[in-house]
Order: sequence, then C-alpha cells, then structure tokens
Amino acid sequence: MKVLIIEDEADMLQTMVQSLKKEQYVVETAQTYDEAQEKIALYAYDCILLDIGLPGGSGLDLLQELKELQKTDGVIIVSAKNSVDDRVAGLELGADDYLPKPFHMAELHARVKSVLRRRKFEGSNVQTLQNLQIDLDKHLVWVEGQELSLNRKEFDVLLYLVSNKDRLVSKTALAEHVWGDYIDQADNYEFIYSQIKNLRKKLKDHGAQVEIQAVYGIGYKLITP
Amino acid sequence: MKLLNHATAWFSVLLLVIITVWAGLFYVNMLDEIYDSMDDGLENQKMLVLRKAAQDTTVLARTEFDDGYYKVKEVPFSAALRQKDVYQDTLMYMLNEKDFEPVRMLTTVFQQGSKYYELRVITSMVEEDDLIEDLVFALLWLYGGLIATILVLNNLLLKRIWRPFYYLLQRLQRFKLQDAQPFPTLQTNIDEFRLLNQTVEKLLQSNVATYQSQKNFIENAAHELQTPLAISLNKLELLAEGGNLQDQQLAQIGEVMENLERLTRLNKSLLLLSKIENRQFNGQEEVRLAEVVQKALADFQDQLQFRNLSLTQQIDGDPLLRMNPDLAMMLVTNLLKNAIVHNMAGGLVHVSLSAITFTLENTGPSKPLNSEQLFQRFYKESPSSASTGLGLSIAKAICDLYGFQIGYEYRQSRHVLQVQFT
Repeated sequence: MKVLIIEDEADMLQTMVQSLKKEQYVVETAQTYDEAQEKIALYAYDCILLDIGLPGGSGLDLLQELKELQKTDGVIIVSAKNSVDDRVAGLELGADDYLPKPFHMAELHARVKSVLRRRKFEGSNVQTLQNLQIDLDKHLVWVEGQELSLNRKEFDVLLYLVSNKDRLVSKTALAEHVWGDYIDQADNYEFIYSQIKNLRKKLKDHGAQVEIQAVYGIGYKLITP
Repeated sequence: MKLLNHATAWFSVLLLVIITVWAGLFYVNMLDEIYDSMDDGLENQKMLVLRKAAQDTTVLARTEFDDGYYKVKEVPFSAALRQKDVYQDTLMYMLNEKDFEPVRMLTTVFQQGSKYYELRVITSMVEEDDLIEDLVFALLWLYGGLIATILVLNNLLLKRIWRPFYYLLQRLQRFKLQDAQPFPTLQTNIDEFRLLNQTVEKLLQSNVATYQSQKNFIENAAHELQTPLAISLNKLELLAEGGNLQDQQLAQIGEVMENLERLTRLNKSLLLLSKIENRQFNGQEEVRLAEVVQKALADFQDQLQFRNLSLTQQIDGDPLLRMNPDLAMMLVTNLLKNAIVHNMAGGLVHVSLSAITFTLENTGPSKPLNSEQLFQRFYKESPSSASTGLGLSIAKAICDLYGFQIGYEYRQSRHVLQVQFT
C-alpha cells in the first residue's frame, strides 16, 4: 500500500510518517504544492493525505488536478481550517474523507483503512482477524462462524480497535470516534469503560483470539496473543 | 416626549406669558392714547362753546345736557377761583343703551361779563369692559394662531431640518457591533449635524476595528495553537505506543495528554464561538428538533448511565427550526452535557420539548447559580472542574444568532435552562 502525505508542517509530517510506517505502508511525502504536483502526476498512490493550506497553492487545486488526470487515488483531506466550505468543496472535488486537525493517530489510521478498503475491496467488506470476522456493511461479527451479538457502540468500538490493531488508542480518540463529534463536550471518558467491559466479556465468552488491553491512564490496545 | 414637542410645549408656555404681559402694556398705552385724544376733543369743544357763549347768551341758560353735549351753571367767584380744568370719567344714562355708560367729562370755569360760570362738556367714551373683552378675544386668536403656526413649522420645517439627526438615531438603534454594516449618514449642510455624523462614524469605526481585531486575535490564536497541539498529542501517542514504558510513566503521559486534550477542546470551543459570532455557519435547513434531541440523548446515554443519572423526558411538540443542523446539535448537546456534568451521583435529568420551548432540568448543587454570569465565557461554578466554561456561552451564542431566548431558573431544587424559539 502506497501512501502520499502532502503536509507542509515538518513536525506533523514526521509524526504521520512514523505512525503510518508502523502499518507497513510505503510512505512518501511532499511538503510544497509543486512537489506534490510532481508526485501526483508521476506516481499512483492508494491513498493521499492532503493538507489544504500549502506553500505555493491550495490543496483543493491539487484535487482538481487529480480529477483532470483521472487518477483514482483515494484522498483524505487533512485540514486545520475545519471549515464547512472546504469540506464541501473537497468532497465535491472527489475527496473520500475530510479529517479536521487536530486528530488522533488512531482516527487517521481508521480513516486510511476505510478508504483503502473501499478502494481495494470494492464492497466485499468482510475483515478477518484471527478467528474474528467483521462484516462492515451489515455490522455483524462472527467468531469462528458463530455470531457475536453486539450493540452499535460495541461494534464501533471493536471495529475501531481492530483498525488500530496493536496500537494504542486513547480514550478520547475512541470516544470521539464512537460517540460522535459532540462527545468532546464530555470532560471525562470513564463511561467508555462499561462498553469495553461488555465487549471483552463477549469476546472472551466466544473464545475470540483477540484481547483488549487497558493501557493505564491513556486508553486501550487490541492485541492478538 | 419628542424633542420637537418638547420645544413646542416650552414655546406655548413662554408665549402665553409674553402675550399676557404684552397685552397689559398695550392696553394701558392704548387707553392712555384714547384719553389723550378725547381730552383734546373736549378742549376743542370747550373753546367752541366759549366762543358761542360770547355771541349767544342762550348758551348760558343750558343747565342740563339733554340733547346737547354741555351744560353751564353759574358759580360764585370764590368757587370759580378754586376750580381748575378737570377731566374725569363719570357715568351717564344713555337712552340707546338703556344703561349708565361711562363718559369723559371736562369741568371748567369761565367768565362772561362779571359772572363766573362752570362749564361741563362731555363726550362718550370707550367701554373698557367691551374693549378688554375684544382684546382678550383677539389675543386668544393670536395665541392659537401662533401655536398652530409653530406646530405646523415644527412638523414641516423642523422635521426636515432635523431629519439627519433622526436618521442617525435610527441607524444607531439598529447598530450591532457583531455584524457592523457600513454606516451611511444623510448629507446635511448644518455644521452641528455634520460634526455629529462624523464623530459617530469615527467612534463606530474605531469600535468596530477594535472589536474586529480582538475577534481576529482570538480566532488566530486558537487557530495557530491547533497544529502544535496536534503535533504534541500525536508525538505523545507515539511515545506511549513505543513500549518499554512503565505504568507510572504511561500514567504521566496520560495526564499530559489529558491536559493537552483539554486545551484542544478549549481551543475548538473558542474557534466555534468566534465562528458562530462571525456567522460562518451558513447552510440553514429545516431542523426537526425532536430528532436532534433523540440523537443527543442516544449519544449521551452511556454517560448518563455511567454517572448513575436517571433521565425523564416529555416530548409534547416537535419544533421545526430553520437553522444550521450542526448548530442545532451543538445547542442541544451543550445543554445536555451541562445538565449531566453539573449533576450529582444518582441525580436526575429531565428533558422537555414543546412546540416553542426546549427545557433541561437537572439536580445539582443546592443553590441557584449566578444567572447573570452563567452565560459568560469561562464562567465556572467550581474552579477545579475540567470543563472549559464555554459550553453555555456557545449555547447562548447559538441562541443569539437565531433570535432564541435562553434563560436560567432555579426552582424546586432544580437548575432549569430553557430555550424559547420565538
């Protein structure tokens, strides 16, 4: 999987590269509009992370260019502006997703995976992890063919943790992803714990070969023993 | 009272005083002139009588006025010596009026041969009561006429003259710092009004500029903080993931992250506030509030459970509001979150929705909150609370944007926040 990160902020870029490389992606970077333009024209990527505000031009113009070149690269706009207009403009120009800064790395991974899945598997959206099978469309989970009955939130939590397998997912990232954007109004996320507890119990009862670990004070991690 | 009417009222009082004084003076002067001219006439008649008497002695025999205007009476020398010409007012029976009417009479003495005679000449005089009556009537008409003229002038002329002023007033009334429009003024030749227009314009411009720069500052500061915050958080996430860390170190990283996240939330809220105030939320749609409330309740259900709060709801109506759907959600979640966070374990949250109101009641600290400061930025009842202190400011800003009323009450040991959509 090849990912291109177009981002002018060096620190931000470095963090994203570091984090994405752990997922065994081939990661390339561009820091200016011209550099990005060149790479887009020359190579094909599975996913492009695109910052809107770039030195030398707007990320939206790059999107336009991609469209004109009839490239099918998946694009996630990553913008500090978080403006509705940019979001609408970006999605209309064919971007797959819009991720406002600041974001959690876990969220970035989940979005990238989602784009890659949509691009590569074209609908047959069943993910497998050890003896766990997840149907993303039907929102169903099986352990060795036996269905696991999860409520919507448990399903979302599981999927998010699976998308970030072996990575640390902070409580905040999980809460914002599962409970919606507005949950950031909550000033503590301890309430997540009860969902995790239920989920763990169900996974264990069905003998799933995954385990949700608590990382003290920060969040959770899904591991495959 | 309007300025114009105020001036008119003063004018009418002043005019009444001035006209009264003036009428008195005028009356006295006029009467004086009338007497003067009458007395001259009497003097003339006297001389005519004396000349006639010198030729015709029958004149001396007229001892009564009867059909004439004089009478003559012989007087002894001693009395004649003392007598001078005297003009006086007296009454005389008038046949036509069938009443005693005032007359002016000249009493004088003259010598004819060796005898002395007293001569009285009369002439009819103005009737003072009639004169006064006429004068008062005339003046009342004048007064009425003047007031009417002033009113007409005020309404036509002054209103025209003061138009730039009233125009300015009207514009000022509608002026809002948040959405400052260019401030047009009426062209005028009057120096004072021109100065007023210029001064007001300058004042408003500087206010708008200050407001703008403050707003921009908050917006820019919040915006510029975003990236470093994001980087710091992401680096900490990487660090924590890196492994080989002890629980204690992880806990510390967790605490730092928590604080950074709080800062991020604060930042987001500030940006949101300035966006709302800048009216950067377009995209109005018909929003069914009942749906929004149900979604918010579903989102917050776990939090309610976690805090062991019981929820009751009473949905009597489904207001259809024309607003940005994100802001509708924001309004509801902010109020709901407020009711949850500032509650107590085992407490209660009551949500009610009618056709024109959305109300949240919650148990909590058993004293009313400061309803004046409640909606201000960074107002917190408990300083240690991790909340940003911006939630209700955001709710208020959204309400202000759409002209909703939001109010706080403390009744029956419950904190009640109500939004009225009118």
